[in-house]
Amino acid sequence: MARQIYQAIADGILVGGVYALMAVGLTLIFGVLDIINIAQGVLVILGAYLSYQLSVHLHLDLFLGLLITMPVMFVIGVVIQWAFIRRLRGRERTSMTLLVSYAVALIIEGILYKVYGADDRQLSASYVQSSVRLFGFYLSDIYLYGFALAVALVVALYALLYRTGFGRSVRATMQDETAARLIGIDVNRVAAVTFGVGVAVTAAGGMVYGATNSFNPNSGYDLISRLLAIIILGGLGSIGGALLASVFMLTVESLVDIWSPQWAIVVFYAALVLVLVIRPTGFFGRPPARAQ
Amino acid sequence: MTALLRTEGVRKAYGGVHALDSCTIEVDEGSVAGLIGPNGSGKTTLFNVITGYAKADGGQVYLGDRQITNVTPDRVFALGIGRTFQLTRIFASLTVLENMLVASPNGRAAARRRAMEQLEFVGIDGHHAELAGTLSYGQRKLLELAYVLVAEPAIILLDEPAGGVNLSLVNTIADRIRELNAGGKTFLIVEHNMEFVMGLCDRVTVLDSGSVVAAGPPAIIRTDRRVLDAYLGEDLADDDPPPPEPGEPEQPGEQP
Amino acid sequence: MGTVMGTVTGGATGRRRGLAGLALVLLALATVAFPLVFSSPVVTNYAIYALIFVAVGSAWNMFSGFSGYISLGHAVFFGSGAYTVGIAARDWHVNGVAVFALLPLAAVVGAVIAVPFGLVALRVRRHTFIVITIAVFFIFQLMAANFSFTGGTSGVSAPFLPWTPVSFNDHFYYITLGCAAVAIAVAAGVRRSRFGLQLRAIRDDEDRARGLGVQTMRVKLTAFVLSATVAGLVGGVWFLYLTQVQPPSGFDPLFDLSLVLMSFLGGLGTVSGPVLGALIVEPGQLYLTITYTNGYVSEILLGALLLVVVLFVPRGLIPTAGEWIKKIQTRGRPAVSPASQRPPALSGLRSEELATSDEGRQGLKGGRRRAGEEI
Repeated sequence: MARQIYQAIADGILVGGVYALMAVGLTLIFGVLDIINIAQGVLVILGAYLSYQLSVHLHLDLFLGLLITMPVMFVIGVVIQWAFIRRLRGRERTSMTLLVSYAVALIIEGILYKVYGADDRQLSASYVQSSVRLFGFYLSDIYLYGFALAVALVVALYALLYRTGFGRSVRATMQDETAARLIGIDVNRVAAVTFGVGVAVTAAGGMVYGATNSFNPNSGYDLISRLLAIIILGGLGSIGGALLASVFMLTVESLVDIWSPQWAIVVFYAALVLVLVIRPTGFFGRPPARAQ
Repeated sequence: MTALLRTEGVRKAYGGVHALDSCTIEVDEGSVAGLIGPNGSGKTTLFNVITGYAKADGGQVYLGDRQITNVTPDRVFALGIGRTFQLTRIFASLTVLENMLVASPNGRAAARRRAMEQLEFVGIDGHHAELAGTLSYGQRKLLELAYVLVAEPAIILLDEPAGGVNLSLVNTIADRIRELNAGGKTFLIVEHNMEFVMGLCDRVTVLDSGSVVAAGPPAIIRTDRRVLDAYLGEDLADDDPPPPEPGEPEQPGEQP
Repeated sequence: MGTVMGTVTGGATGRRRGLAGLALVLLALATVAFPLVFSSPVVTNYAIYALIFVAVGSAWNMFSGFSGYISLGHAVFFGSGAYTVGIAARDWHVNGVAVFALLPLAAVVGAVIAVPFGLVALRVRRHTFIVITIAVFFIFQLMAANFSFTGGTSGVSAPFLPWTPVSFNDHFYYITLGCAAVAIAVAAGVRRSRFGLQLRAIRDDEDRARGLGVQTMRVKLTAFVLSATVAGLVGGVWFLYLTQVQPPSGFDPLFDLSLVLMSFLGGLGTVSGPVLGALIVEPGQLYLTITYTNGYVSEILLGALLLVVVLFVPRGLIPTAGEWIKKIQTRGRPAVSPASQRPPALSGLRSEELATSDEGRQGLKGGRRRAGEEI
């Protein structure tokens, strides 16, 4: 019994890493652009399909393939932001971004359907099936690599945010957009690049997700709702929070799964609601700008 | 005369920044009190603490005999303290009249009549059916004043009522305040416009770096050495970097 | 809409009011006579679905459009209403026309669920609110699939109704028409009331509203519960029409997004907006689903359509139409300038106050500077 629990915790942490890869981009986009990007789920799947394309048709290793898919997704992200999101303003902005990101999701999903059909796919590599035995537990190789990748990317993002001039601009914009403009930050450029980065990171998440799950064009929906729950729990805009929340949520689900797989996912969402009752801004959420 | 509004030793810090440090002020009933001080001296923070928009770290706030420290803004409002904001906050998608009706407590027809009276009093009744978002800045200031009055508060806190408006409008606002004061309303006014303050207020309190530096009738305050010291930086304002956010002291190094 | 009518001056008002009244009466007559003219069940089917969404859309907009808190969880009330009628009919052995007596129960269930839901969800910022509604939605969908009393993944079926196919549709046409009328009436009543005013004030600046004495939590919760009650009722009706409910249909993830689209298209925050939106969007969506069975064409089309709508009609059809009407009415007349009507003192200065001008909150994070968000 105890062994099962420890294994579940270990699994939860590792899977949490994968979800963190996907959630981090989403929370970054929220933090800077103040929008909930519903398309993120489908973008993960797009990333998975891109990796699939490279792996199957060019026989490129999955991780090496990221060197191509991430820049490609970055560009896709910038284009989406520039073409659609940038124009959304005014009072109805929230509903507009919901509708637009949903529209983008639909279009991408439709295209994926047309190109790949509805069949399930999964990424494969030598290390996808193998696992390592550590302290008596089986830790799947791909998950370990995925977790390491997640940590590496989170560290990279932190470095970007806290050690570069661009990162400073991003943080300034996150805190106060008007003030950022006033000191000369090109807020539009920051938005576009941030969106691009958020989507690029998603490519990595897509690859690992695609290696550990079978997917089809429709898989984005279940994903996005989980990702949203994770970033809210972690605190909107907090990258570290997204990592922590992913690990937490997935571990909880993994534990409940021991007793009842059916209820595990309900618990996932219930955990969110519960935490928010106690702490409305999530783990590391910033309290709203202080009222005058 | 009794003090209608009183703060005692109020402290408030934002992180390492001490916005208010042992701040004690008194506003007598029926008077028009002024609150002045250089940028960053804590005036708006004090307002925020009094009206419940910010939590005091220490000290008390009294309305008459009643302690109201850290009471929520809607309670503060219900207790009879009205307040306007430096950056006007109006309901942009509602009409001017509807803006007034949000604050009004009583039934339909009576509320509308009262609201129109207040709008007439400040002079924007002609715009009553227009969306508040289309008003000019000066008109918004008047709307702010109007709907603070709707609830008939006993004391009104005005945060820079004359800020950014032209001269004749400033005079109009001053006249309205005098009229209301003659009718028994107490005022506490934060302002940078010295003429406005000195011409209108019975008593002026000067804040600097979060604590009271001087208090008394305008004529005396005007020539008080400490006040001049506190404002000395203001004369060089054009050469200085932009003033810090309200609530943060301008001069570093003065706080423990 | 109210503002447009209100600013028309002079004797023209009476005439215009008369015309509008006549138009409404004609419209009412037309809607009542509809099934008599178009008796084909195929056509009335479209009409029934449209009316269902007119009703739910009005209810949804009455809360989300007026308050600014976009709910993506109203399917919870809709589905719960559907399941309530189904389960009650099954367990209490209600048959035939008597099932309609269960509808008030569906409404009540919607309200009852909304209370704790609202108490939790309305304490947080608007963005978090959206996600909580999504989370609760999934909780309900999953519970419906997992519990046995809800029939698990097979769901629940409605008892048999002794009507012919044509009269079946006709009856449901009038029932849903009634629901729509009730929903619109409630929404209109709210908008005219002081309660509605406070709700809209909350939308513009929640903190300020609270500072002026508005009991924001109470107001939001009341609107939420009211909205849920209607949604639950309509869910029950929908169930009886469809004669069955399963977790994915009763709790459809795209349900709320459709509501957002309809209200947005028509005009969030208006009463007639969701009506118009539903009448346009629902038949369209239905047609797409029926005609294109292979997914991707309908998806891409829908996505493209959404983009067009949002980018070209950002304020909704009704407000945009209202503005056009105003422009046409005031064409040729000199602009009313404040200076000509009152002493110079009040013409004031127009300042660059970004924080308060309506369209001034441009760019990335419109809401952030507002301080209208609750913790």
